Amino acid sequence: MDLFRSERMTLVQLIIPVESAYCAVSYLGEFGLLQFRDLNANKSPFQRTFANQVKRCGEMARKLQYFKDQILKSGITSFVSPTMQPDLEIEELEIQLTGLEHELDEINHNDEKLRMAYNELLEFKIVLQKASGFLLPSKRDTYAEIELGENVHSNGNYLQTASLLEEEVIPSTLEQSRLSSVSGIVCKSKRLMLERMLFRATRGNMLFNQSPADEVIVDPSTSEMVEKVVFVVLFSGEQTRTKILKVCEAFDANCYPVPEDVTTQRHIIREVLTRLSEMERTLDAGLHHRNQALISIAQCQAKWANMVRREMAIYKTLNMLNFDVTKKCLVGEGWCPTSSKAKIQEILQRATYDSKSQLGVILHEMEPTDSPPTYFRTNSFTKAFQEIVDAYGVAGYQEVNPTVYTIVTFPFLFAVMFGDWGHGICLLLGALALLALERKLKNQEVGSFMGMLFAGRYVLLLMAVFTIYCGLIYNEFFSIPFDFFGGSAYKCRDDSCSTAHTMGLFKYREPYAFGVDPRWRGSRSELPFLNSLKMKMSILLGVVQMNLGILLSYFNARFFGKQLDIRYQFLPQMIFLNSLFGYLSMLIVVKWCSGSQADLYHVMIYMFLSPTDDLGENQLFRGQKQLQIFLLLLALTAVPWMLFPKPFIKRKLRQESFQGCEYRRLGGSEVDDDMDNEPDPSNQRYGDFNFSEAFVHQMIHCIEFVLGAVSNTASYLRLWALSLAHSELSTVFYERILLLAWGYDNFIIRLGGLATFAFTTAFILLMMETLSAFLHALRLHWVEFQNKFYHGNGHKFRPFSFSSLTEEGGH
Amino acid sequence: MYGFEALTFNIHGGYLEAIVRGHRSTLLTASDYNNLCQCETLDDIKMHLSATEYGPYLQNEPSPLHTTTIVEKCTLKLVDEYKHMLCQATEPLSTFLEYITYGHMIDNVVLIVTGTLHERDVQELLEKCHPLGMFDSIASLAVAQNMSELYRLVLVDTPLAPYFSQCITSEDLDDMNIEIMRNTLYKAYLEDFYRFCQKLGGATAEIMSDLLSFEADRRAVNITINSIGTELTRDDRRKLYSNFGLLYPYGHEELAVCEDIDQVRAVMEKYPPYQSLFSKISYGESQLLDKAFYEEEVKRLCLAFEQQFHYAVFFAYMRLREQEIRNLMWISECVAQNQKSRVHDSVIFIF
Repeated sequence: MDLFRSERMTLVQLIIPVESAYCAVSYLGEFGLLQFRDLNANKSPFQRTFANQVKRCGEMARKLQYFKDQILKSGITSFVSPTMQPDLEIEELEIQLTGLEHELDEINHNDEKLRMAYNELLEFKIVLQKASGFLLPSKRDTYAEIELGENVHSNGNYLQTASLLEEEVIPSTLEQSRLSSVSGIVCKSKRLMLERMLFRATRGNMLFNQSPADEVIVDPSTSEMVEKVVFVVLFSGEQTRTKILKVCEAFDANCYPVPEDVTTQRHIIREVLTRLSEMERTLDAGLHHRNQALISIAQCQAKWANMVRREMAIYKTLNMLNFDVTKKCLVGEGWCPTSSKAKIQEILQRATYDSKSQLGVILHEMEPTDSPPTYFRTNSFTKAFQEIVDAYGVAGYQEVNPTVYTIVTFPFLFAVMFGDWGHGICLLLGALALLALERKLKNQEVGSFMGMLFAGRYVLLLMAVFTIYCGLIYNEFFSIPFDFFGGSAYKCRDDSCSTAHTMGLFKYREPYAFGVDPRWRGSRSELPFLNSLKMKMSILLGVVQMNLGILLSYFNARFFGKQLDIRYQFLPQMIFLNSLFGYLSMLIVVKWCSGSQADLYHVMIYMFLSPTDDLGENQLFRGQKQLQIFLLLLALTAVPWMLFPKPFIKRKLRQESFQGCEYRRLGGSEVDDDMDNEPDPSNQRYGDFNFSEAFVHQMIHCIEFVLGAVSNTASYLRLWALSLAHSELSTVFYERILLLAWGYDNFIIRLGGLATFAFTTAFILLMMETLSAFLHALRLHWVEFQNKFYHGNGHKFRPFSFSSLTEEGGH
Repeated sequence: MYGFEALTFNIHGGYLEAIVRGHRSTLLTASDYNNLCQCETLDDIKMHLSATEYGPYLQNEPSPLHTTTIVEKCTLKLVDEYKHMLCQATEPLSTFLEYITYGHMIDNVVLIVTGTLHERDVQELLEKCHPLGMFDSIASLAVAQNMSELYRLVLVDTPLAPYFSQCITSEDLDDMNIEIMRNTLYKAYLEDFYRFCQKLGGATAEIMSDLLSFEADRRAVNITINSIGTELTRDDRRKLYSNFGLLYPYGHEELAVCEDIDQVRAVMEKYPPYQSLFSKISYGESQLLDKAFYEEEVKRLCLAFEQQFHYAVFFAYMRLREQEIRNLMWISECVAQNQKSRVHDSVIFIF
C-alpha cells in the first residue's frame, strides 16, 4: 500500500565532474525525483557560480516576453501550428533571439519614423483644409484687423505698455501690411492652456481661431488615438512670432505654414494628398513585413520559452551545488526516494557517458541530519484526496496518511448530509461530464473556479455515487419518496386516513426492504422518526470514525517504536472513548434491535449523576447497572492514566541516561579536562528536557482529549443537522413552488413555477448546499478525525523536475 | 487638540498611515546595501534589486543598463506610490502631500530657466526634471525672458505663485539672479510649509517643525558657505535665510557676517545639536559637511516613525526614499565607473 506511509527517502551526495554537471542535472530534471538541497544559502544570487548563465537566461526570457507582448499587441492570433523545427542549442537560440530582437526593434523603429512622417503629413493636410477657412483673403482679413485695432485701443487705457503696442500696430496698418499668422494643430486637452498662454504672452494682441480636426491621429509612441484641434493665430510683429512659436513648441503643438494664395494652397493640398497615399502604401508594406516576422516568431515562441525555462532551472539548480575548485567537481546533496536510487544511478551513468567525461558521477548515501521530506506517489484519482489532507498539513515522514481512509469516508460523510438521489444524479452527470472532457481540459487553461472543479473531479464523482446511495436509503428523489423495493409496510385501516394520513396506519407486512419506508413521508411522525434515526446514525458514524483515528495513532506509535505512547496514550484513550460513547453506541444498536422504549438521554445523564440508582423502565438488558458502574470507573481511571505516567516515565528515562553519561564523563576527566567543553552526544539526542513543560503539554493533551471526546461526538451531530436542513429545503421547494404552480391550470404559471424550481434546485441545493456539506465534511475530517493521530508537521517533497516547471509556467 | 489625535486620526488618516508604514518597511536595509556594494556590474545591481520592491520596475529593462535607467525606474516607483497616496488622501492630508512636492517644483523651474539661459533643448531639460515637481505648463517656462514675465506667463497658475511675489523684478535672468530666486522661493516655501504645519497642530506640528527647522538651518549654512567670496551683500544674504529654525534670529545675524568656513563653524558650534555634527569634521573641510547633514537628516526622519497619528511620516518617507534613490545612484555610478573604492563615501544607511 503505497499511500499508507510516505516513501522511504535517502539523503544522497552527488559528486559530479564539472564537464558532465550540466548533462547530469538536465537528465535528473527529466527524471524529476531528486530534491536538491541549497548548499549556498548564505550566498547572494549574483555571487553564485552560474550567476552569469542565470542572467543570460533571464535576458532571453525577457526577450521572449517582449516578443510575446509584441505579438499580443499586433493582434496576431491565428498562426499555423508549429511545424517541425530543428532543435536548437541554447547558444544558437541566444544568438537567434538577439538577432530577432534587433530586427524587430529596427522594424518598429522604422515603422515609428514612418508613422511620424505620415502623421505630420496628415496633420498638414488637416491644417491646410481647416485653416484656409480662417484665412480667406481680403474681406475677412481686414475685418480681423479692425477688430484687433479696436481691441488695442480699448486696452490701451489700462495697459502700461500701450504706447509700445500702438507703435507696433499703427505702422503696420499704415503700410497696409497683412497680419501674420501661425497655424498649427494641438491636442484637444491642451487647447485651453495654449490659448491662455498665448493670450498672456502676447498681452492679448492676437486672435485665436480654432476648429476640431475631423480625423483622429494615432500617437506613434503609445499607439493611442488622439483628438486634435486645428488653430490659427493672427498677430502682428516678428517678435511676437518667435514668442508664439516658442509657446507652441512648449505645448507640443505642431505648426505648419499655410500659404495665403488659394491656388498655391490647392496645389499643396494635392501634393500632400498624393504623398499621403504613397506613405500609406509604405506603411502597409511595413506592417505586413512586421506581421510576417512576428508570425514566424509566434510559431516557436512557446517552444523557446519552455527551453529557456528549463535552462534557467538547470542553472539555478547548479547554483545550489557546492563548487569545489581544486577537484574540479560539483558537490550536491539531495533527497530521493530510496526505491528510485538505482534508477538515478543509472541516469547519472548515462549522463557521464553522453558528456564523454572521463570520470563518473559518484553517488553515495549520507546520514540525514534533518527529517526527510514526505512523498506520496499519487495518481490522478488519489491526488485530489491527498490535496484535501495536505491542505491541513503535510504528513510527517512516514506518518500514517489519512488519505487512504479519506477517499471513502469523505464522500460518504458528504453524502450523509446531502443524501438525495435526484440531486446525486445531477452531481453524477456533472462529474461524468468533467471526466469525459478530461483529456481536453487537461492541456487547457481554465478559470480558477473551473480549475478547482476539474481538479476535484474524482472527489465529485465519488460524492455523487455516495449521494445516490444515501438518497436511496433516505428514499428521497428531489424529496419525493419512491417505492422501488416492494410496497410500504403500512396501510390504512379504513378510508379515513387517505385524507388525514396521520392516524390509523398499521403494519401489515414485512418492513420495507431497503431504506426508509415511503409512508413516513408527510405523516405527523415523519420528523421525530427521521430525526431520531439520523441523530443515532450520526453518533454511530462518529464513534466509529473516532475509534479509527485512535487506532491509527496506535499504528503510528508502533511504527515509530514509541511504547510509551501505546501504553499511556492509546490504551486509556481507547478505554475512555469506548466506555462512554462506545457504550452509547451499543445502547443505540440494542435499542434498535429490541425495539425498546428506553430513553437513552436519561440513561447517559444518570449514568454520571447517580450511577447507583435503579434504571427502572429504561433498563435495556440485565446487569446494565453493574456494567455502567464498571464503565464509569474505567473511564475515571483512564483520565489519570493518560495524564500522569508519561511525563514521569520520560523524566526517569532521561535521568537514567544522564547518569550513564556522568559516569562516562568522570572516567574521561581523569584523562583530559577538555572533555567538559565538548558537546555531550546524549544530551543532544534527547534535547533539552524540561519536566514542567512536558507535564503541561501532557495535561493539555489530556484535557483536550477528554473534553474533545464529548464535543467531537456532539460535533458529528452536524451530519444529522445538515441532512435535515437539506431534506427540508428540498421539500419546501418541491411543495411550495412546484406543486403550488402546478395547482393552477395556467401554462405560464406552471412554466414559471418549473423554472423557479429548477433555478432554486440548481443554485441553492446543488451549489450552496454542496459547498456547505463539503465544508462540514472537511471539518469532520480535519478536526474530529485527524486530531486523534495526525501531526502533519512534515514538509513536501519538491523534486527538481521539468514537468512541474512547465505546469508553473502554464498557469 | 494635542493628545487627542488618537481619537479621530484613523477616520481619515489611518489607512494611509498604514500604507506609508508598509512602504517604509520596504526601504533597503544595511545588509541590502552591503550586498549592493559588492556588485561588479550594473546587471548585478539589477539582479539584487529584483529581489526587492524595485523588482517589477526593473524587470523588463534590456540588458545594457545605464545608471540613469535605474534611477529613473526607482524614481518612478516613488512617484507611483506618491500618486496612489495622493489619490486616497483627504484634506488636510492632501494639501500636506502637495506641499512635499513644491520643493521639486522650485528645482524644476530653476533647472529649466537656467537651461534655457544656456540654450539647451527644452525636451532634454524636461527629461531631467524630477517627476514629482512637474506641472502642466512647465515647458513654456522657456519662453520667459525676465522674472516678471516668468511670473506673469507661467508661474501664476502654479502653487508657487504666492512665493514668487517677493522676488519679482524686471531684471533679466542670469545665473546669479536665478540662484537668488531659487533661495527666495525656497525660503518662502519653507516658511509657508512651516506655517501650514503649525496650523495643523498636534504631533504633526511638533515633528514637522523639528524637521523643517533642520532643513531651514541646513539651507542657511549652505547659503552662507556658497556665498562666501561672491558679490552677495550681507543684507541680501540675510534676506535669504528662512525666518524660523534653531538659528533664527541670532544665529542668522552671525552667519550673515561670516567670511570663511571656520567662522561658520564657530557660529554653529554654539548650538548643541549641530556641535556634534561639526565635531566629526576636521577644520577647513566642507566636503564632508553635506554627508554629515544628510546623515543627521536621515536620523531625524527615521525618528518621525516612532510616533503615531501624525502626517510627518509621509514627509519622512518621501525624503527617505529620495535618499535611498540617491544612494542607489551613487552605488550605480561607482560600479559603472569602476570606482568601487569610493562606494562607501556617499552612501547613507537608512536602517
